[in-house]
Amino acid sequence: MAKRETPMIDELRKGPYPSFVNEMYKLQGRKPMVQDLLGQLEDSYEQRIGHWKHGGIVGVMGYGGGVIGRYSDLSDKYPNVAHFHTMRINQPAGWFYTSQALRTLADIWERHGSGLTNMHGSTGDIVFLGTTTAELEPTFAELTAAGFDLGGSGSCMRTPSACVGPARCEWACYDTLKLCYNLTQEFQDELHRPMFPYKFKFKCAGCPNDCVASIARADMSIIGTWKDAIQIDQAEVEKYAKAGLDIEGAVVAKCPSQCISYNGKLTIDDGECVHCMHCLNVMPKALRPGRERGATLLLGSKAPIMEGALLSSVIVPFINIDDPEEYEQFKELVRRIWEFWDENGKNRERVGELIQRIGMPTFLDAVGLDPEPEMISAPRDNPYIFFQPEGEEA
Amino acid sequence: MAEAPAKRITDIGPPHFEKFLPPIVKKNYGKWKYHEILKPGVMVHTAESGDKLYTVRAASPRLIAVDTIRMFADLADKYCGGHLRFTSRNNVEFLLTDPSKIDALVADLAKEGFPIGGLGAQISNIVHTQGWVHCHSAATDASGVVKSVMDALMPYFKGEKRLPAKTRVALACCLNMCGAVHCSDIAILGVHTRPPKVKNDVLKKLCEVPTTVAACPTGAIRPANVDGFESVTVEEQLCMYCANCYTVCPAMPLNNPDTDGLSIWVGGKVSNARSEPRFSKLAIPFLPNNPPRWPEVVQAVTNIIEVYAANARNFERIGDWIERIGWPRFFKLTGIQFTRYHIDDFKHAGWTFKRSAHIKFDQD
Ligand code: SF4
Ligand code: SF4
Ligand code: SF4
Ligand code: SF4
Repeated sequence: MAKRETPMIDELRKGPYPSFVNEMYKLQGRKPMVQDLLGQLEDSYEQRIGHWKHGGIVGVMGYGGGVIGRYSDLSDKYPNVAHFHTMRINQPAGWFYTSQALRTLADIWERHGSGLTNMHGSTGDIVFLGTTTAELEPTFAELTAAGFDLGGSGSCMRTPSACVGPARCEWACYDTLKLCYNLTQEFQDELHRPMFPYKFKFKCAGCPNDCVASIARADMSIIGTWKDAIQIDQAEVEKYAKAGLDIEGAVVAKCPSQCISYNGKLTIDDGECVHCMHCLNVMPKALRPGRERGATLLLGSKAPIMEGALLSSVIVPFINIDDPEEYEQFKELVRRIWEFWDENGKNRERVGELIQRIGMPTFLDAVGLDPEPEMISAPRDNPYIFFQPEGEEA
Repeated sequence: MAEAPAKRITDIGPPHFEKFLPPIVKKNYGKWKYHEILKPGVMVHTAESGDKLYTVRAASPRLIAVDTIRMFADLADKYCGGHLRFTSRNNVEFLLTDPSKIDALVADLAKEGFPIGGLGAQISNIVHTQGWVHCHSAATDASGVVKSVMDALMPYFKGEKRLPAKTRVALACCLNMCGAVHCSDIAILGVHTRPPKVKNDVLKKLCEVPTTVAACPTGAIRPANVDGFESVTVEEQLCMYCANCYTVCPAMPLNNPDTDGLSIWVGGKVSNARSEPRFSKLAIPFLPNNPPRWPEVVQAVTNIIEVYAANARNFERIGDWIERIGWPRFFKLTGIQFTRYHIDDFKHAGWTFKRSAHIKFDQD
């Protein structure tokens, strides 16, 4: 079959930014699937409408997720993309690779799929785009033989992800990669076999800069922080000043807590610091997080579906999260949250929405957390209080 | 759980990340002291030991062929002892210990069509979703819009034009927002604007009626007998075109070439730096789907960036800037028309009403 002309998407081969169409062109000579994908995409561009159908349960044996079924509604015209399933492969924490590991992944996908990937998908997985049902098991066998496994999809624990953390960042207040790896391994069953009301995501951010967007994109956001004084190197402060940094304007005046002063020497009223990271971001050589490090736990963020978007909110202002005992305590809390959500959540109700529906105080009682003023931006301003009779449990 | 043959490997999880860390990272793990941006796209991290790790960040279209993965692997072998990483925004980072190799690496990347940049107060890669390349409910393409916008924003990616603070642009092609774009400085969001068209004749065959009814967040879907078919009806006034029903029931399609389009949202952020994280707010309710280059979207995003760059103070993210000047002035400065759609009329809408007499009046 002659190649279909694709003038509209070819337009996107031009211009300075790397072109996804060029990526498809790299494969189309040897992959009929990609040739048909180009054709179908050109149809979409001409008609301004997508041509994919979803549905049908596809997957590998024994797993309830990790594969997204996708079918073309133009399969007569583009038979090679009649089936075009996606596989999610659990990424190594922090997205570090050796060239050898990358070549192994590339070769597996060359043999079994379209050769197109996302490095990486929104949740963090390596995404292999486009294969047929028959190729799923062989791909999976080769992946596991090479030490890789599938990520999550559907109503399960989704693949946890982490910022680069202590591997390359001076601000990491806990080991994001270690925690991410540990959670992923501990909860393999929850990852591969959907049994929750809906999805549940973990994201590990090493400091309040939150490079993995945990506060917006994870049901459980674990954001590194510190409790004691910011470490100041006054000699480096002086060097910044000499190099022309306007410390008064760029640091002191911009501190949201107004807790920094400067008169040749920088002083911070650490009890007033809200750990916003601004001063550290501006003077990384002079300022470092304190030594008593841990994390703030926030719960409940999600995109709009179903009841509207939410940001995570504080459920534990500070925890230490380093040694095995602290990991276990954290995981115990997670299990209590899951148990409560499992029992009370409606189908496709994220944990944040459940809390909205039944109330944060009820949730806190159920998972055994005490109410703390750090959990709110202000106390309630409506008088509709549900008082509980003395001595009775919620 | 299905029975698996004895030798089938399952539930091993991902490889341990330590296997992939470069030696210099293993040695200085958790002992980094500070970092400096040397030039656009290049930074250096210095460890307490004095070791220095150089990072070169290159753009990536996210959708990449295995050929490109192999090319990245070759460059990692040539310059980085075989190590590299990707970022949460789909950039690729090469990790070097020898700064004298940076220029050659950058030149090789340029030859392959991968420019470097996106560090610090610049525009980083646009996180995005699947669009017409792979998703069923897309109101627009993702990769094509992103490519068109990034082509226009290249000077801000490469650091040729300066910005007051880091600026994060994101795109999702429907309200599902698998990219969770709702806390971005600028979010481009594909929108449907008409209720689903129910395929009554096949609905019962493809879907369960109760599940379909339950899928609707606004309760717009009712069970009904239509023309003798057991099906559902949609109360059109209650529908906000979220495509939830379509995701659980393929007989409720709402993709439409003429009425699907894109909206623009501004002022969100996830970082805690200075101000608290917050949602993006509606700037432009609807722009037409105009492939292959989406000129209306490119123009709208570029305009917002340019007005922001010209007016904001240092360290002010777009949301910080708007908070300082106020929304009326944002609409005035950008020339974006304020419409009835900007005023929230969904649940809890009152939170976004102006509940004071604090109003600015222009003095010119
Ligand atoms: S979230 Fe903080 S610790 Fe993690 S990479 Fe970003 S700045 Fe570093
Ligand atoms: S981290 Fe933020 S709040 Fe704390 S001292 Fe620095 S600028 Fe002020
Ligand atoms: S945002 Fe919507 S249309 Fe786009 S990939 Fe995600 S679910 Fe599909
Ligand atoms: S598109 Fe959303 S709001 Fe409209 S009927 Fe479907 S589920 Fe309900």
